[in-house]
Amino acid sequence: MTAIVKDREFAHADHSDAGKTPLGFWIYLMSDCVLFASIFAGFVVLRDNLNGGPAGRELFDLSFVAVETGLLLVSSLTYGMAMIAANAGNLRTVFVWLALTFLCGFGFVSMEVHEFGKLIAEGAGPDRSGFLSGFFTLVGTHGLHVTSGLVWMGVMFVQLALRGLTAVNRTRLLLLSLFWHFLDIVWIGVFSIVYLMGAA
Amino acid sequence: MTKPVDKHEFEDGHAFEDTGSGHVTVKSYLVGFVLSVILTAVPFWLVMTHAAPAGVLIPAIIAVGVVQIGVHLKCFLHMDRSASQIWNNAAFVFAAIIVGILIVGSLWIMYHLNMNMMPGMMPVE
Repeated sequence: MTAIVKDREFAHADHSDAGKTPLGFWIYLMSDCVLFASIFAGFVVLRDNLNGGPAGRELFDLSFVAVETGLLLVSSLTYGMAMIAANAGNLRTVFVWLALTFLCGFGFVSMEVHEFGKLIAEGAGPDRSGFLSGFFTLVGTHGLHVTSGLVWMGVMFVQLALRGLTAVNRTRLLLLSLFWHFLDIVWIGVFSIVYLMGAA
Repeated sequence: MTKPVDKHEFEDGHAFEDTGSGHVTVKSYLVGFVLSVILTAVPFWLVMTHAAPAGVLIPAIIAVGVVQIGVHLKCFLHMDRSASQIWNNAAFVFAAIIVGILIVGSLWIMYHLNMNMMPGMMPVE
């Protein structure tokens, strides 16, 4: 009983202090947003500094980027379905949707690693020009965030398997969903500003 | 006995997502997903088919991107204007102001610096 009460205090979002957990995480996300804004500003400032190297339109394969974007979008939907399954208290379904989300996220990161590898092999690495430094920093930072989201999701699997849908685990699921959807929003900025404007 | 208590606990625990008009439903996620697929496909299509001149394309990409961010905030992050979300919204507005200053300010400053660096633009004394 004590444990339940404790859980409850922790996850309480209505009146008690513990309800500040999602708010605190939200404030972290907003500060992350400012981090991304400075990297975006850096990229936009540097985008024309090619130093004789290749420009975005020669490097980017938009259909490849469209597939990456699709993977992230689908993963947002599947995570939403996992939240709904958690709402209904259906642990098995939560696992299925979380696994699908993980696969989409993993596919996204693999595609990005492949793209980076290809660019570096073509001699268009981050050391080639200001534009490419900005590109690798921005897209790489987003990719690292997605990767940490995947690690967190892996930990979430273990926590859910061990404890089930306790109040604490539900709060964790909620926080991870905020993180995951937030990364999808950052990606809207990346594909619009880096890829589409680069090719337009 | 345990089950209903459990459920109630959970609803409390998720006041952040469950309060106000932005209820967490399959429908809200599906609507958000369909809208964002459309809002992603349109700018990709415009750029890939060169359907519009560059002067129209850039503002169009920005406009569609901003709308899509709005859809994600509403349908996936379930932001709304209910009283329980006031601090979330305050933090969001603050972050938006900082982001605006950072991006607009950087572009503004660097644009003028670049102008001054161009040999042809140097004032002849």
